[in-house]
Amino acid sequence: MTGVLLVILQIIVATAITPLLVGVMRQVRARMEGRVGPGPLQPYRDVRKLLAKEPLRAEGSSVLLVAAPLVLLVSSLLVVALVPLVTTATVIAVPNDLFVVVSLLLVGTVAVALLGLDAGTAFGGMGSSRHMMIAALVEPTVLMSVYALSIPIGTSTLSRIVVARGTDIGRVVTPGGLLAVVALVVVVLAETGRLPVDNPSTHLELTMIHESMLLESAGRDLAWLEVGSWLRLTALLGLVVNLALPWGLASDVRPLPVLLAVGALSVKLLVAGALVAAAEVFMAKVRLFKVPELLAGSFVLAFLAVTASYLAG
Amino acid sequence: MTAVGGLGAVLALACLAVLLAVVVPARYRSFGAGAACMGIGIAGVLTGVAAITTVPRAVLVIPVAIPAGLGIDPLVLSPTPLGGVFCVVVGAVGAVAALYGIGYAHGAAASRTGWSAFAVFLLGMLLVASAGDAITFLLGWETMAVASTVLLLADHAVRPSVRSAGVWYAVMTHLSFLSLLTGFALVATAAHGTSFSRIAAAHVSGPTGIAAFLLLLVGFATKAGLVPLHVWLPRAHPEAPSHVSAVMSAAMVKLGVYGIIVLTGTWLPDVSRPFAVLVLALGALSSSYGILQASVTSDLKRLLAYSTTENVGLAVTAVGIGMLLASAGQGPVANVALVAALLLVVSHAAFKTVLFLGAGTILQATGERDLDRLGGLARSHPVTAWTFGVAAMGAAALPVTSGFTAEWTLLQALVHGDGRASTTLALALPVTLGLVALTVGLGLLTFVKAFGMAFLARPRSAAAASPRPEVTSRPGSAAMVVAQAIGAAAVLALGLAVGPVAATFSSVLGYSGSVLVELGGLRLVTIGGLDPGALLLVTLALALPVGLLVMVLRRKVPRRATDVPWGCGGVRISPRMEYTATSYAEPLVRVFGEALRPTRSLEVSHFAEDHVLENRVAFAQAVTDVVEDRGYTPVVRWLRVIGDQARRVQNGSIHRYLGFSFAALVVVLALVTLT
Repeated sequence: MTGVLLVILQIIVATAITPLLVGVMRQVRARMEGRVGPGPLQPYRDVRKLLAKEPLRAEGSSVLLVAAPLVLLVSSLLVVALVPLVTTATVIAVPNDLFVVVSLLLVGTVAVALLGLDAGTAFGGMGSSRHMMIAALVEPTVLMSVYALSIPIGTSTLSRIVVARGTDIGRVVTPGGLLAVVALVVVVLAETGRLPVDNPSTHLELTMIHESMLLESAGRDLAWLEVGSWLRLTALLGLVVNLALPWGLASDVRPLPVLLAVGALSVKLLVAGALVAAAEVFMAKVRLFKVPELLAGSFVLAFLAVTASYLAG
Repeated sequence: MTAVGGLGAVLALACLAVLLAVVVPARYRSFGAGAACMGIGIAGVLTGVAAITTVPRAVLVIPVAIPAGLGIDPLVLSPTPLGGVFCVVVGAVGAVAALYGIGYAHGAAASRTGWSAFAVFLLGMLLVASAGDAITFLLGWETMAVASTVLLLADHAVRPSVRSAGVWYAVMTHLSFLSLLTGFALVATAAHGTSFSRIAAAHVSGPTGIAAFLLLLVGFATKAGLVPLHVWLPRAHPEAPSHVSAVMSAAMVKLGVYGIIVLTGTWLPDVSRPFAVLVLALGALSSSYGILQASVTSDLKRLLAYSTTENVGLAVTAVGIGMLLASAGQGPVANVALVAALLLVVSHAAFKTVLFLGAGTILQATGERDLDRLGGLARSHPVTAWTFGVAAMGAAALPVTSGFTAEWTLLQALVHGDGRASTTLALALPVTLGLVALTVGLGLLTFVKAFGMAFLARPRSAAAASPRPEVTSRPGSAAMVVAQAIGAAAVLALGLAVGPVAATFSSVLGYSGSVLVELGGLRLVTIGGLDPGALLLVTLALALPVGLLVMVLRRKVPRRATDVPWGCGGVRISPRMEYTATSYAEPLVRVFGEALRPTRSLEVSHFAEDHVLENRVAFAQAVTDVVEDRGYTPVVRWLRVIGDQARRVQNGSIHRYLGFSFAALVVVLALVTLT
């Protein structure tokens, strides 16, 4: 029961803080580029606006136009529920296994890719094709980092990995553990469509990946898509910061630890988000066909992490 | 029903099916013979269930008088629990495909020969899975090979490409048979008997054992379609009638996996242990090469055929990992790997049946199997779209389908194997994980492409724009829809009920205590658990508030239909500007250019009066099978050269032939005199 309450709390907190995270990232970026920026609260206003707008349905589009955004949203919510952000408690019988989390992320990926194809436009197809290629090539790195993280603990269950890393600092600063986290950072950038893989604020369709699949969606469909992909960012960034700094997570429902955990998550997430945004200012999007090289590099890191974990053990 | 009763029913129904196929007039033939074939399948399932559940093994002796003193044991049908699992797979796939065939079979596939061969094909596969000795096994194997060749050739009069596919298939399948025959001959000689229990008890080893192991492995790998012996698959599966492709891909190739599991686990376990890395390499190579080829193919059935190589490769990978871990003394995890192999086999059987049946429906509705020319079929074929979608999710290993739970189990076995035990393991585990992960990733792309190109967007050709409707007044068309729906339900059921299924497999393989069932979910001892049902419940719990919110918003802000959203005054672009399957895979072809070696041609022709303006641009791209080009084409060329040389001996002159006879006579006489 405690687990259920904490997981519900985690979903609410993560959903509430997500637009702020995106807003802070955009604002940091704007300020560093010398612009005023819309303020960190703009994403909340954007979502409210989109929910009030009329969704359009193109002639010849299928049920996916309505369903795919909802699938993305629910799968992202599920990921947020399973990843240890605020709490290491879990809903009994649904272990937050990393492989399950990865598969749920893939459900969202596939839903968006099919949405891109559904409209039958050239841009949608292009985005979908590129999106799936990146998803396919990221997969080895993802699973290899999962593997590297699970070797020292002997399980791929996320909450147990985070708890074990939290109780023994020696596990965090091993070469294997560090390499795995670095590889995971590249994965997170690729999965959430950040620079240098994709440019989330691009205005040129030919360079878009994520955005070009959403071109035909409007109103609440677009709102679900935006919130769904922002939630993925929260979940994945939160996972990385909690793996790197595995402290401050609540394990029961006493008010003080819970408040502390919410505060810790907010600080960790916002700082990490600001750092990512700051780093992006100094980065250019790489050419699409250079992305595999980047991913191959991160795969090598993950592979080294596995080898290092064997040596350390 | 006991296994003996089941086998009796299988034999009787096979006779009935052939009789019906021959006697019933053409109009009702598909109904009569198809129903009897469904009966064979159901009897096969019951036989398998009986073989799994009953403890004393059933034995059905085939009354054939064998001369004594030849070292041949009596011919028996006696399914082991493991064989029972494969009986269930073959039976279930056969029954669903037969049901589909009632509506689908047309032309030569619906002829007397077509339905008789289908019944004999099912019978042959069930004989293989329930054989208790080498001779029955080989008889079943050959029955299956011959019947499937006949079925494959159904359309040879209409499409010339069927003939070449038939030749490839016949050659490869008989090389497989030859290899098995030799291998069994070696083992049987060393074991002084042909029954499997005698072979297992003999512990054949030494050079004989190694030679027999390699021969049997090659034979089974050919049937299973493992790289580099896979060349028949991408030819035979596309050319066979779709319900036959489904049986070939979902059931027949699985018997190759059955052979590999029994070979490495029961027949020659001691000899095979040093070859674990070979088995693993075969599997891992097949899975990644198969899916890479599938991801760049635009022919739907060819894509599915390559994906079969991929999935069989994954199952064999699991077997190889199991062998490696077992010899490193990590028994419990090794058991999990083998359970994963069986889960992969069953899951692939379920989703590949639906995918091939769906491809058949598409082919029948539009006459096209080229994804570049399809599109928008979700509107005219909603049931096919749903069932194909569910099966594609299974193939892409998305939750909560059978493919997901099977691959989860395989990944857990990989992650929990202790790489510190030996250098081989320390290398094999991460490399295998990397290849499996790449396979999973490319699998996603492949099936997004297959589903998206066939069912979404707008039709890319005239044939796809006006397809034949899904359910017509023809009574058979309902059978097709029902068969697809049953298959899709199985894909979901196997995913949700993974706990009981995996526990059954664990006991079938003779492991106790390594796989438990808890609350319908799967629990692997010392590893962790997975409960797809609970995952589904949590998903529904999360979807509920979202759904309520959507309901409220729907009332407040209704949806508006428009011609072109964001048209900005423009008009809808022509379907020719849509992304096609080829363009979808183009980035991948570039990334894996070295492995795929595509050939491209671009022809630009200009106007006569102005050579700057372009009149026509023709682009063609072909991705060939590198293994075939490098490995098989030279061999075929050499065989041709040798054949041409041999023809010189035979020039048609009667004098020369008489001379040959005379020379032969002289040689024989000389030999007789000398000895």
